[in-house]
Parts: sequence; C-alpha cells; structure tokens
Amino acid sequence: MSLLTRPRTGPPAAGGVEIVLSLEDVTKIYPTTPPVRALGGVTFQVERGELVAVVGPSGSGKSTLLHIMGTLDLPTDGRVMVAGRDIGELSDAKTSALRARHIGFVFQQFHLLSGYTALDNVADGLLYTGMALTGRRELAVAALDRVGLADRLDHVATKLSGGERQRVAIARALVGRPSIVLADEPTGNLDSKSGDSIVALLEELNAEGATIVVITHDREIASHFPRAVHLRDGLIEADTGRPG
Amino acid sequence: MTSDTASDLRPSKLHVADIARTASVGLRTRKLRAALSALGIMIGIASMVAVLGLSESSKSDLLAQLDRLGTNLLTVQAGQGFGRGSGELPETATEMIARIGPVETTSAVSAVDGANAYRSDYIPSGQTGGITVQAVDINLLDTLGGSVAEGRFHDEASAPYPTVVLGSVAAERMGITDLDPAVQVWLGDSWFSVIGILDEFELSADLDRAAMVGMEAAATYLDDDNVPTSIYVRTNPRYVEDVMGVLGATANPEAPEEIEVDRPSDALEAREAADDAFTALFLGLGAVALLVGGVGIANVMVISVLERRAEIGLRRALGATKRHVATQFLGEALLLATVGGVGGVALGVFVTGLYANFKGWDILIPTLAWAGGLAAALGIGAVAGLYPAVRAARMSPTEALRTS
Repeated sequence: MSLLTRPRTGPPAAGGVEIVLSLEDVTKIYPTTPPVRALGGVTFQVERGELVAVVGPSGSGKSTLLHIMGTLDLPTDGRVMVAGRDIGELSDAKTSALRARHIGFVFQQFHLLSGYTALDNVADGLLYTGMALTGRRELAVAALDRVGLADRLDHVATKLSGGERQRVAIARALVGRPSIVLADEPTGNLDSKSGDSIVALLEELNAEGATIVVITHDREIASHFPRAVHLRDGLIEADTGRPG
Repeated sequence: MTSDTASDLRPSKLHVADIARTASVGLRTRKLRAALSALGIMIGIASMVAVLGLSESSKSDLLAQLDRLGTNLLTVQAGQGFGRGSGELPETATEMIARIGPVETTSAVSAVDGANAYRSDYIPSGQTGGITVQAVDINLLDTLGGSVAEGRFHDEASAPYPTVVLGSVAAERMGITDLDPAVQVWLGDSWFSVIGILDEFELSADLDRAAMVGMEAAATYLDDDNVPTSIYVRTNPRYVEDVMGVLGATANPEAPEEIEVDRPSDALEAREAADDAFTALFLGLGAVALLVGGVGIANVMVISVLERRAEIGLRRALGATKRHVATQFLGEALLLATVGGVGGVALGVFVTGLYANFKGWDILIPTLAWAGGLAAALGIGAVAGLYPAVRAARMSPTEALRTS
C-alpha cells in the first residue's frame, strides 16, 4: 500500500465515488458591529482523490472557508461533513480527534516548531492520534523521504530553506494519511521556483491518491489544477470541475 | 450512516513521555527565560531548606550541649539590693541544702571581699582586670561538670595552702597559658602558686573570671569568713522542680524571699526557643520568596501562552484537544517548578552543609524540609500554571493561527 492511500472512510456517493468533504449551504457571519457575512451560502463537495483549488481575491472568504472545512471553526448555518461525520454534531474533543485522524493542514507560514528537527516536526503530525513515538518516527522518515528530504531528517527546522520547510510541513500533513489535506496559500511565502516545486509535489502526491484542497489567491496556480472553485464575496462564482 | 466506528473519534490519551516532551518544548527553546523563572522558585526553596536544616543542625548541637551539661544544676544566691537582703547566705545554708532528699551534691563559693589577684605585686591595685577572688569547695568542679585545661583543681592537700586555680578568662587576662615553669600570682598580700587553669564553664561564666582558692586558705591568708555567696546544687533530674520549690526556705528559713534560685540550663533552653522564633521568621521570609517565585512562573507562563499562539493553533490543527493543550502548559509550569524545587533543595542542602561544617555541627536536613520543599514547589507550579493553561486551552484555534 502506498504511503498516501488510505482505507475508505466516507460514505460512497452514487456511482461508488467517495465524498470526503461536503458543504451544504454553509454561511458564516461574524458577530461584529456591523456583522460581517464572510460566507453567504456555500455548497460544494470534494471527492476522494481530487485536487481542488479554491481561488479568490483577498476578502473573498477563503480563510473562513478553510477554517470551516478544517473544523477549526463552525458555520453559522448549514451543514459540514468531513469523512462522513457531521461536525455540527460532534463535541470539541471529538472534532479534535477528527482533525487528528482525517485532516492534514499545510500553512502559508509553515508553522514548524523551531526547536524541533524535521523528523520530530513530521512525527508530531501523529502526536494526537495516540500512536507511540517509535511508530510515529518510522512513518515520519517515510514521509520525509517521499517529499525529498531523506537527507534532512535531523536538521532543525530553522536551518532549512523556505521550500524545504514547506516540504516538511507537507510531510507532516500527509504522514497520518488523512482523508483530506487542506493547504492554505502553500506557496505564498516562497520564491517562484520553490513555489513551482511545491505545486509539482502536491500534484505528484495527488496522483498517488491524496485528496488535496489548495486555497490560493493565485489564479495561475489554480489553472494547473484539474478543478478550481472560484470564490467572491463569500459566494461560489464558478466551479470548473463540477458538471452542472 | 457512516462507516466510522464510535471509537474512531475517541480523543487519544498522550503517553507520559509525550506529555513530558510537549511540556518541555518551552524550556528547551527558551532556556534562559526558563532558568530565570526557575531561579525564583529555587531561591525560595533553598532558603526554606537551609533555614530548617540550619535550625535543626544547631538545635541538635544545643541539645547535645544540654545533654552533656544536664538540666539538674541549680544555683542558690542571696538577693542583693533594697529589701533583697545582704548578699550573703546563712552559714548553715550549704549543710541544710545538702539534707534535701534528691540533692546529690552541693558546692559553696564565697566571694572574698577586698582581695584581688594580680600577675605581680608591681601592678597598681586598681588594675584588677575584672578578676574576682573566690573561695571554693574542693568538689566544685564535679558539681559544675567543669574540666581542667592545665594542672589540677584543689584537693584536700592544696586547699589549706596559698594555692590558686584560675578560671579560663582570668588566666588569659593574666597572660598565663601553662604552668611550666611554676607560676605565682599576687593575691591579697601574699604570693599564691597557680596549680591549675580551668576550661571554660558552660553553665557559670562568672567563675571563668575568678581566681579560686581553697576555703581554708581563704580564711587563713585572706581573712575570709567562708560565708557562702553562691551554692551550686546538683539534684536528681526527676525532682528538679520540687527541689527548686524548697531551696529558698531551706537555705534561709527566716527570709526565703531573699534567696534567688536559678537554673543555668534555662538560658540554653531560652536560646533554643529564641532560635525557634528566628526559624519561624526566616521560614516566613522563605515562603514570601517562594510566593514571588510562583508569581514569576505565572507571569512567564502567561507571556509564553501569548507568544506561542501559533504553536497552540498548530497543535489544535494537528488534533490536540483543549485538554491536551492545558496539560502541555500546566506540565510546563510544573516542570519549571520542579527544576526550581530540585535545584533549591540541592542549594539549601549545600548551604546547610557548608555552614554546619564551618560551625562543627552535625548536618541534619529534616525530611520535612526537602520533601516539603519539593511539594511546595509543585503546589506553587500547579497554581501558577493553572490560569495560563486554561487560557491556552480556551484560545480559539482560528484566532491562534490568524495572529501568527
């Protein structure tokens, strides 16, 4: 079994396609004065094995959407299903467990622990799954090997280049073979060469079976991907990958 | 229906080793700050351990001294001053006291009025050096538990003759350190041979400044009336209080109120009580230092939680529950306090050892001091870490990630 293949976890949709992420009429209103409507009724689904770009300018609601898809925040209205679970019905602790087992995050700022080696940063991707340290490290070695950093295992995160840090972050997101990986502007802090290689890596990983959603403001990156969901003012403007 | 089982979403429990690893992240990445905040606790614990250790060590020294000297020595003196009598005891007092059942030995001392001791007859009479002349019984040394530094004490052979035994201070003031060759001192109007120098008396310091002659010699050469001014009494230790109660009336049945009865060991016991009072005071100061250390840890933890929002957000994204986050920060506070506590106990023991060694005391560290010190450190750490930990746990993951 490949590093990135994962047993079926979500309900098969019609025609045997598995839906790993589903948003139904999701709205998000921040209770500020005046209240801010960040998402105004978003509906879309991500199937297992998809590589999707969510594209939109600043203020379009991308970050809010990422947080809701990643169960870090709850919608004001609507239904969110991740790996077949309705997150509105889960306690905070169960939502945390859902994140630990089913969702991988890649952030623009990498968010690596500065005092840790690349290996331990990746192994910490499994920390909250309950797996023992040796098992975590074994999987972390394999994940780092996959992203091309087999020779950087013992390098402290702060000694790595930007591109290498983002590869470590990607390895950390994938090490637990999550149902879905959410990448928030993964090339935003990188030069174009490193950015291109990260996009290429994400495409390769997707080809190996990983389900990946990339949030970006960069239409060019989105154009590489088989599907792009265009967001504007909290609403879906266009969805290139969905028939109808 | 979903294909997940209920157990699929049961939050994991971290292994103890993982809790320790995550709790030590802050300490490993911010070593100086961790060391400084642990230092506060360390100073508090060290001062408490040292105070308790030093107090215990000095007390053991004091108790050993009390054991050695006994608490059954009493002194009987005639009161002096207006309405307090003439300063002399009745001639019969010594014999009367000796008849009290539990009294084991008595020893009389008679101050020789008008006589002073000088190193030679060339010294002006006013330069007495504060040395008194006392006529003493030959069993005085036994009764007081004193000892001889040089030569010997009076015995039946020496008592009738012009011989003198010097107290330690008296000998020092006269410049006499040994008796070879033989030394004589000018006492009254005669030369007296010095036959002994005594060690310091621990229970009757006034005799250290005395030149002691035998009762008979005092009568013969110094015109002393041998009327006792002080009587030292050793009693059966079980009846010390009872004997004290009847000593006044026995020594002077006509005017018992003129008699002063003392128990010299009371002074040592009073010193012990005074030490206890100081110990309590210093313990209080140690507790204040500890409290300040705890506030320091709380302060550092609150700052740490603010600074590490991104890490908290990341951990929540990786699947940490609120409890995991709280445990991490509480663990960090406990770890800081433990480092401070262990360091403090070590420092406290070291200081106690150093000082006790310097003073020649046995080194005693009461279990209460080190075990209590560690427990206090952990308690302070827990209290100091609780608020920051709860604050970290309650932090919204989206806020935490956004502010990074």
